[in-house]
Amino acid sequence: MAGEERIYPVVPPTPGSEPYWEGANAGKLMLSHCKSCNKSFYYPRGACPMCLSTDVEWREAKGTGTIYTYSVMRPAKPVYVIAYVTLDEGPSMMTNIVDCDPAAVKIGQKVKVVFKPREDGTKIACFTPA
Amino acid sequence: MSTKGKAYIVGAYEHPTRKAPDKSLAQLHAEVAKGAIEDAGLSKDDIDGYFCAAGDTPGLGGNSFADYMGLRLKHIDTTDTGGSSYLLHVGHAAQAIAAGKCNIALVTLAGRPRSEGVQTGTNPRLGNTNQPDLQFEFPYGPATANMYAMCAMRHMHQYGTTAEQLAWVKVAASHHAQYNPHAMLPKVVTVEDVVNSPMVADPLHRLDCCVISDGGGALIITKPEIAKSLKRPLVKVIGTGEAVKHQMGGQDLDLTFSAGRWSGKRAFEEAGVKHKDIKYASIYDSFTITVVMQLEDLGFCEVGQGGKFVSDGNLISGVGKLPFNTDGGGLCNNHPGNRGGMTKVIEAVRQLRGEAHPKVQVPNCDIALAHGTGGSLGTRHVGATVIMERE
Repeated sequence: MAGEERIYPVVPPTPGSEPYWEGANAGKLMLSHCKSCNKSFYYPRGACPMCLSTDVEWREAKGTGTIYTYSVMRPAKPVYVIAYVTLDEGPSMMTNIVDCDPAAVKIGQKVKVVFKPREDGTKIACFTPA
Repeated sequence: MSTKGKAYIVGAYEHPTRKAPDKSLAQLHAEVAKGAIEDAGLSKDDIDGYFCAAGDTPGLGGNSFADYMGLRLKHIDTTDTGGSSYLLHVGHAAQAIAAGKCNIALVTLAGRPRSEGVQTGTNPRLGNTNQPDLQFEFPYGPATANMYAMCAMRHMHQYGTTAEQLAWVKVAASHHAQYNPHAMLPKVVTVEDVVNSPMVADPLHRLDCCVISDGGGALIITKPEIAKSLKRPLVKVIGTGEAVKHQMGGQDLDLTFSAGRWSGKRAFEEAGVKHKDIKYASIYDSFTITVVMQLEDLGFCEVGQGGKFVSDGNLISGVGKLPFNTDGGGLCNNHPGNRGGMTKVIEAVRQLRGEAHPKVQVPNCDIALAHGTGGSLGTRHVGATVIMERE
C-alpha cells in the first residue's frame, strides 16, 4: 500500500509554463485552452497544437478522469505506477497513480487528482482512485 | 518525385563487438565505415555524402565525425530520429543521390551504452530541459520499458493480446540467434521461459525486452551506374516512407498503433509491391510488443491481430510465413547504441544477397522490408520503412 513514497524530481519550468507549476503548488491542475478552436490540451504550451493559435489561456481542470493505460515499474525503489489519464475535459496526460495497491490499478478506472511533494517541497499532480 | 530504383545499397557492415570498453565512440564509427567501404569494394575518398544521427555523433551533427574519418563531402545529413534514423537515412540518401547532390553515401551508427553503464530501459534519463515535454513527463518516471509496457497493456485490453503471444516474438528471435556467433543471447527460449522471466514493467517481462549492447554498423548507398560497376550483388531501394506520430496535445492519444501505419503505406505505394511479395522483414524489436504493433501497422495482418499473427512460430525462418530478424534482432543479437534501425537494414541486405546464415537464409529472397521506430511508442516517435529488391 502506501509504504515508501516516490520523491518527485524538479525539472525547471520554461518561460511561460510557470502558471502550471504555481497552480499545482496551490492544488490546482491547470490546462492550456485554445480560445481559437475552443479545445483544451496537455501538456501545456503557448501555441495550440491543433491550430497553432497563440491565443491560449489557462483553465483549471476538474481534476477527474479515467485511466487509459498504465504500467508498474518493478525494478524501481519504490515501485511506481506510471499511467495516462484521460481527463474529463478531453486531453490525456502522463502521470502516476498513487496511494493505492499497484495490483488493483485497472484500465478504465475513475481517478481524481492528488498533489504530491517534489524534492524542493513544491507539488506535482498525481492521481488516485476516485 | 519517386526515388524508386535511383539508389542501391552496395556496402553493409555490422561491428562484431557487443562490448567495447577500450574503443572510443568515434573509433567505432571509423571501424564500421571502413568495414562498409571495403564490403562495397570502394575506398574512403570515394565517399562524397555522409549520413549520421546527431545523437550518436556529438560535435555539432557530423562535423567532428567527418573530421575524425577525414571525409571530404559534398553532402551531409545528420537527421536524428533515434533508432529509426538509419532507416530514414537510406531514404534521404536515395533522395540526395537522385537529385545529384552526392554519388556515394556513407551511413554510420555506433554506440557504447553497455560500457558506459547506461540503464537504458529502466532508468529515466533527463534530457535537455528545453525539450518542451520534459518538465511535464520526466518527473513521472518514463523509462523506456514502462513506456512500451503501457502500449502493451492497452493493446491487451483493447484486442485481447496475451503475454504468450508476445513471447512468441522472442522465441522466434532466439531460434535465429542460435546461429549467430556474435549474438549476445544465442540460447533458444520457450514461451514459458519468457512469461516466467521476471516482470520488468507490467505486462512486459525481462525476456520481452531487447539487450543493451555496444557496437555499430554502416551502409554504402550509391547510384545505379556505380552500383553496377561494383562486384557486389545489386540491392535496389524501391520504396521508402517516414512518418511522425505524437499525441496532438493529448487529444489524439492512441498507444495501440505506431507511425508505421503511415510510413509503411508510403513505402509500399512507392515500391508498387504487395505484402505477399515480401519474403523477409526486419522489424525493430526493442520489445516484443513493438514487433506486434508494427506488423499490424505495416499491414501484414489486421489491426488487433498481431498477437495471433506472431504465434506458433510464424516469424521463424523456414517455419512461418514471415521470417523476421534472422540475425536474432535486438531481442537476442544486439542493439548498438540503443538504436536498432541500422542492424535492421544490414540483415535485410544479407538476406537479399543470400549472405545470411544458411540455417536462416530465406530461399529466393528477392524483396525484403526493413522497418523501425525511433523515440518512444509510448510518447512520440518517427517511423521509417525501406523496401529493397534484389536485382
